[in-house]
Amino acid sequence: MSEEKKTNRRDFIFTASYALGAVGVGAAVWPLVDQMNPDASVKALASTEVDISGVEVGQSITVLWRGKPVFIRRRTSEEIAKAKDVKIDDLPHPETDEDRAKNPEWLVMLGVCTHLGCVPLGDKGEYGGWFCPCHGSHYDTSGRIRKGPAPTNMEVPKYEFVDSNTIKIG
Amino acid sequence: MSDHNYTPKSKFGKWFNDRLPLLSLANHLTDYPTPKNLNYWWTFGGILTFCLITQIVTGLILAMHYIAHADLAFESVEHIMRNVNYGWLIRYVHANGASMFFLAVYIHIFRSLYYGSYKSPREIIWILGMIIYILMMAAAFMGYVLPWGQMSFWGATVITNLFSAIPLVGESIVTWLWGGYSVDNPTLTRFFSLHYLIPFLILGLVVLHIWALHVPGNNNPIGIDLKKPSNDTVPFHPYIVVKDLFALLLFLIVFAFFVFYSPNILGHADNYIEANPLVTPAHIVPEWYLLPFYAILRSVPDKLLGVVAMFAAIFVLVILPWLDTSKVRSAIFRPLYKQFYWFLVADVLILGYVGAMPAEGLYLLVARIATAYYFLHFLVILPVLGLKEKTLEVPLSLTEPVLGGSPNQAMARSKKEIS
Amino acid sequence: MRSLKSLLLFLVISIYSYNGTAAERSHELLSPGWSFKGFFGKFDRASLQRGYQVYTEVCAACHSMKYLSYRNLSEAGGPEFSVEQAKIIASQFELTDGPNSDGEMFTRVARLSDNFVGPYENIQAATAANGGAYPPDMSVLVKARKGGADYIYSLLLGYEEAPEGISLDDGVYYNKYMAGNKIKMSNPLSEGIVTYIDGTEATEDQMARDITSFLAWAAEPHLEARHKIGFRAIIYLIIMTVLVYFSMKKLWSRIESKI
Repeated sequence: MSEEKKTNRRDFIFTASYALGAVGVGAAVWPLVDQMNPDASVKALASTEVDISGVEVGQSITVLWRGKPVFIRRRTSEEIAKAKDVKIDDLPHPETDEDRAKNPEWLVMLGVCTHLGCVPLGDKGEYGGWFCPCHGSHYDTSGRIRKGPAPTNMEVPKYEFVDSNTIKIG
Repeated sequence: MSDHNYTPKSKFGKWFNDRLPLLSLANHLTDYPTPKNLNYWWTFGGILTFCLITQIVTGLILAMHYIAHADLAFESVEHIMRNVNYGWLIRYVHANGASMFFLAVYIHIFRSLYYGSYKSPREIIWILGMIIYILMMAAAFMGYVLPWGQMSFWGATVITNLFSAIPLVGESIVTWLWGGYSVDNPTLTRFFSLHYLIPFLILGLVVLHIWALHVPGNNNPIGIDLKKPSNDTVPFHPYIVVKDLFALLLFLIVFAFFVFYSPNILGHADNYIEANPLVTPAHIVPEWYLLPFYAILRSVPDKLLGVVAMFAAIFVLVILPWLDTSKVRSAIFRPLYKQFYWFLVADVLILGYVGAMPAEGLYLLVARIATAYYFLHFLVILPVLGLKEKTLEVPLSLTEPVLGGSPNQAMARSKKEIS
Repeated sequence: MRSLKSLLLFLVISIYSYNGTAAERSHELLSPGWSFKGFFGKFDRASLQRGYQVYTEVCAACHSMKYLSYRNLSEAGGPEFSVEQAKIIASQFELTDGPNSDGEMFTRVARLSDNFVGPYENIQAATAANGGAYPPDMSVLVKARKGGADYIYSLLLGYEEAPEGISLDDGVYYNKYMAGNKIKMSNPLSEGIVTYIDGTEATEDQMARDITSFLAWAAEPHLEARHKIGFRAIIYLIIMTVLVYFSMKKLWSRIESKI
């Protein structure tokens, strides 16, 4: 009878120690893991504001955002028309131009080929948009993949017009 | 290794163990017979292992963010302190961890000095320990250079300049160490590389240190040889594991007070000033754990002899097993040695203090006396004591009375002081 | 044995207490008490904001704080300006950026993510402009001086007439607490030199406190988190120690006699 009681009490102190010990170890390990997450100075650069006042119609600029190139193109009316004159279902990655460029005059997208990450060249390719020289992907005037090995359209990041001269990306 | 007759319980375990006997090793470490009369001075080996792992883990994380270049090092440390998630915590743990590491190693060493753990048959354990200690000092010295503060730079300059005292080749050696004509970027980058390397050398030596220990087994407070296993021993797990854990937790409370409430008290304010080769700090001092050696170095007016004295101070420790001629291990049964032991402790504390003070006036005088006494202890007192001291009678076992019957003062005293 | 131990202890303690050779006796520092000291120490937000004002209006003409970023002004544990306020503060400064796609450097307005813009291009310019004495960057100044916050506070209030027999060169001033007593910075604070936005009376003492608190935060922006986590960590360790202690006692009670 007393043996049983002794066992129960002994088990409790050990169990309590193990349990609280595990909590402590977890709490101690977390900073060691979290330190590899983006630090405060990197997170401060998570968004970038771009002055677009100098961009003419038909002109593109490339800015660096989170270490990657972002194409900002002020499209001509022909380019916009071409982007809209498309059978969506025929596209390898169906997306309307409206969904990609809320303000049709401005196309903002990550200048990174969705195949293996090269930077496509502007004003090239069979669709009037971009051409990736690495493995021959062709993108149209909305940055959508039309021909070639890339699986998806060039990514459109989160962005907004802070005012008519400034776009904030990220 | 001794024969174990250990068979793993699972089939996979048996298959694996036949190819790499890790399970046998684990079993050996679990059952390892440890004297049951060990006191808390024996918990510092486990604490030291924890300290080494902590320094390696926090160090390798710091290395993910630190930039080893003279123009960027200081800034990168501030980046860690301000921007990296929990960077301040990891840095303070690493910096204060170094101090805690040395606190533990000094207690560990002084335990060995008191209880004669360095004596036959444990000489190699002792020498391995001394090599570990020397590597610790090298690693700590180089680590302190990395933030590239004023003390980093000038401490590096002073200590590397010491080698110029070597006749004929001294200057070339210093230039070789520096990688240039003064402490500069090449010095920093190579110190970073070596600072990263040394802890792993220490890790290997610690494995050898423990392996060598497991041959004769642990010493114990009364310094007698125990039959292992026996009624005088307990299996390492769980008895010693839980006791080491308890001691470690107490140690961690002290550590936590430093890290969270006084993280800079053991450091030097000047190291928060960026290194400037054109401005020398008023007082160049190393970290506290190197102060006794610094005091010895500065107490000799001649440059070369000062360096020799500093290295000799470590060397006399290395050859200690052969300097101490006493057949009796533990200071418990060596009443005279015990007094000289405490004199040595006071002497080292005094050396540490004057090492932090300007090397002039009364401080310099005290440093010289303390240095002389240090060498006197090892080179004269110990050898003589071993031959002349009248030791107390050492019991034959922990549990059985001394052969020869009658109640014995030594036995009574030893019982009182053992726990 | 007892008496030997006491004798040695006495010896060690007396040597540790000896306070010998300081050539000029620096005075004991003023210690006004700081809200951020102690186990539960926290910064006084209002004081930090006033301190920032003192920094900008008095010190920033000569002293940079290059490791601080404008975003720090709105982060938790500091002056805690709003993000909007911090943005406005940043936008009052200009810095050089570039090169642009034409290969030219250009000036632009500072953003939250930028570090504090300093008054000089580089250390040499700062030194030349200040009579050969470089006004130190103040990002970690509080940690870079023995005595920390007390020292900075004391120094700011420590200007006085040079005593008999001490002559000062041009541009050198006497300060009670400066090492060597000679300092090349003139007394930066004077009554009312700043008009505090929050209406607090700008006495020298008040400004000294506020700028010191601000500098203390600048040197240790994570102090409050450190204190908070530290408290929890130590409580946890104490509880674990107690639990493990009793586990140990339970375990060892299996062994009949312990010598």
